[in-house]
Amino acid sequence: MKYFIFAISLLINASLFYVLNTRELLPIPMGSFLSVQEGIWQNAEPVDYDFSENLNVKGINGKVDVYLDDRLVPHIFAEDENDAYFVQGYLHAKFRLWQMEFQTFAAAGRLSEFVGDKAIPFDRNQRRMGMVFAAENALSAMEKDDSTKHALDAYTNGINAYISTLNTAKLPIEYKLLGYKPEKWSNLKSALFTKQMTYTLAGYDKDLEYTNALKVLGEENFKLLYPELADSLYPVIAKGTAYAKPLADLIPPADADSVYFKRNDSIHFTQDFKPNPSNGSNNWAVSGSRTQSGKPILSNDPHLGLTLPSIWFEIQLHTKAYNSYGVSFPGLPGVVIGFNDSIAFGFTNAGRDVKDYYEIKFQDESKSAYWFNGEWKNATQRVEKIKVKGSNEILDTVAYTVFGPVIYDKSFKNDLSNEKAYALRWVAHDTSNILKMWLLLNRAKNYEDYHHAISYFNVPGQNMIFASHTGDIALWQQATFPLRWKGQGLFVMPGYDSSYMWKGYIPMEENPHALNPASGYVSSANQRPTDSTYPYFIPGSYEVYRAITINKRLDAMTNITVEDMKALQNDNYNVFAELARPILSKYVNRNELSSEASGYLQIIESWNLMNDPTEKGVTCFNAWWDSLYNNIFLDDLQQAKIPLVRPEKFVLLEALTKDSAFRFIDNRNTAEFEDLHYQVTSALKKAVVNLSKLENEGKLEWAKYKNTTVYHLLKTNAMPFARSGILNGGGNGIVNATQHDHGPSWRMVIEMTQPINAHAVYPGGQSGNPGSKFYDNFIDTWAKGEYYKIFFMQSSDTSSEQIKWTMSFNPAS
Amino acid sequence: MKFLASIILSALLSYATGLFLPWWSIMIVGLIIGYSIPQKRILSFVSVFIGVALFWGLFAYFISNANDHILAKRVAVFIVKKEDPIILMLITAVVGGLSAGISAVTGRSFALLLKK
Repeated sequence: MKYFIFAISLLINASLFYVLNTRELLPIPMGSFLSVQEGIWQNAEPVDYDFSENLNVKGINGKVDVYLDDRLVPHIFAEDENDAYFVQGYLHAKFRLWQMEFQTFAAAGRLSEFVGDKAIPFDRNQRRMGMVFAAENALSAMEKDDSTKHALDAYTNGINAYISTLNTAKLPIEYKLLGYKPEKWSNLKSALFTKQMTYTLAGYDKDLEYTNALKVLGEENFKLLYPELADSLYPVIAKGTAYAKPLADLIPPADADSVYFKRNDSIHFTQDFKPNPSNGSNNWAVSGSRTQSGKPILSNDPHLGLTLPSIWFEIQLHTKAYNSYGVSFPGLPGVVIGFNDSIAFGFTNAGRDVKDYYEIKFQDESKSAYWFNGEWKNATQRVEKIKVKGSNEILDTVAYTVFGPVIYDKSFKNDLSNEKAYALRWVAHDTSNILKMWLLLNRAKNYEDYHHAISYFNVPGQNMIFASHTGDIALWQQATFPLRWKGQGLFVMPGYDSSYMWKGYIPMEENPHALNPASGYVSSANQRPTDSTYPYFIPGSYEVYRAITINKRLDAMTNITVEDMKALQNDNYNVFAELARPILSKYVNRNELSSEASGYLQIIESWNLMNDPTEKGVTCFNAWWDSLYNNIFLDDLQQAKIPLVRPEKFVLLEALTKDSAFRFIDNRNTAEFEDLHYQVTSALKKAVVNLSKLENEGKLEWAKYKNTTVYHLLKTNAMPFARSGILNGGGNGIVNATQHDHGPSWRMVIEMTQPINAHAVYPGGQSGNPGSKFYDNFIDTWAKGEYYKIFFMQSSDTSSEQIKWTMSFNPAS
Repeated sequence: MKFLASIILSALLSYATGLFLPWWSIMIVGLIIGYSIPQKRILSFVSVFIGVALFWGLFAYFISNANDHILAKRVAVFIVKKEDPIILMLITAVVGGLSAGISAVTGRSFALLLKK
């Protein structure tokens, strides 16, 4: 009997251990997860936690003091700037380690290592796009330059110094949830981070869909639906600016008409994991002639997916060489958007297309040779090894051509063949040292320094805005942009002929720019940089409407203050609706409407055109316009059942403004002819069905409908770590660009007075730990459109009341 | 007396071993206490359960209280779909108590096996 009891209890004991210690039966190993000494409870940071510390670390040359203020912003005081980068790395890791690793794992196509086989398609896509190849090229350039190499080395050592202090208890909670441990940081990971950022901002393309559209719609209709310019364009560089003649001779190859422009090709597979085309930003700088203080004011708000932990980490770096403040990327040394004692700098995305596809014909299965300039040319092969949690490693062979990696071939998209594969030509693969730009901007003192710094930047193309204490304002659209003949790269190009390759890059001095323009301000909002007189062909994804509001508002302002600039960043005016609503009103057949539909029409027509949180008009207007858009375009876009891209919203608005008989209005799937009256009225009737459903759910008010949400990086898998139901206004095409989960990820307004008058906020918090009160404590301030006054600390401020904690880093022998 | 000693010792030893060893050190503590303190199996179980459950439950409570339950509210949603820090503490106490308590029964049964 006692043997039996022992055996039973041992069995129960062992089973319990198995259940609580592994992920085989329960998704989380509850034993270690709930352990009070090593599990999640150790991540519950006391609300009165004392961050002060005295540390001895190897890898710094002198003492470094870090003053943490009441918002947990570190103010790093170091003599040597590499010491500052070391400590920046240490702090990034201390507060954001999981995020840094996750983002660079994603960049490198390594998510399968801890997520398992469901991430394989994502990982393959990243690898085949050449993300690691690109990062290696970037790293070689960064390490060739002594100053960036030393900065990166110090930064990496700082991260690793923190990682080496970790034990199970101190691991960020996401590691405990997912069940893995951090590995050592490396300079390559920082390079990978820059490539992920490049993908986010310059990774969107429409070449394959355009190729399909050309076939399905024909050349004439293609131009109507995907025009190069919007009529209502308010370009970054003022209309009428004179441009020099292009340096290069840009003529299409002789056979372009037949083999390229009249191409009759269709591509059936869909491209996955495209970046959000809404990734963009606003920036503007007004000169002292227009401000109350007489000094320039620079404003910037980058629009990205809103995430927790935030993409940004606020920081001050004070060294012998410079004193800079702003937001940094956990993953890179230096301040990325911010200011120093002399200048301020910020960015918006250029949206320029720097990515093209070439059709490749392989000799055989092995993908080792492809047809090029009349002969079989060897392709180099890169074998990507993808480790998969709970399964065997996967090998993926990617062929590299003169253009770049063959991203799509039959091993990846099964409707392709040996004779039909697609190589990617992308500026992101080029060797360049973009980190150097930031390290130089941090110390820049004037326009010349800024101009020199930005010359190191090749991709993703940015509108780089500048203001200085001495009164200069400037904006450069900077990157190495491909030199293309008109129409080049809109569609897939033949990969067998070198004459279809890019002809080089547009010289920097020819990039659109402005220094102290007569208007007294410079601004950009992801619109096309120039009007049609710019001598180069510059395809891209451009926004139209935010720029209109910003420029109109700035034109009307005088005696500008910081408060005016904050108000403009939070401006909810809907200029698109201002232009579109009259069309809806004009063509709707009022006598055909039910009393319910008339009610919604009434809401729309009496709406004040503001995307404010409690407005119902915006929800109703959007529903109606979207329904009209679908009525007019879906039949045309879906006629061939191959992927096409939706025309931009300005296309329909401008077409209907000019021409009530726009050729796409009629539904091609019916025998009857539908006119604009019919379509507008039917669109409202369709919208009413959804609107009345929303009204019943209490979601007609804009903020309730929009439900602004800051997701955790693990998205819907980690909703307890997200913040949803944030009631704020804004929207797509609005200066306050807050959409459901996308929008102003950092708002800053910097007045170049002495001392500098700086205000900023971001929708997150400094700590990446969901168990810290500093995890999401800025969100409410951000949602209300309010800002924090920045504490730009000077050496004499060490006893300031704003300093709550001090960390001292002493060099260990 | 043995019962009380078993409660106190299991809590103290769990804390001490937990400083160096992973979470399953509470199971070792359970085995040792079960083995070395002679009492009925059921009493071994109950006493060690109480000792470790109290340790884990109260420790979790003190940590969480100092944290204004920020973390416990979030993690509770993962486990019980409700922002309820108390439930998470109770689950923590039960997981700890059960792991150590069952181990105590195994330890006691082993001791009885050796005793001729």
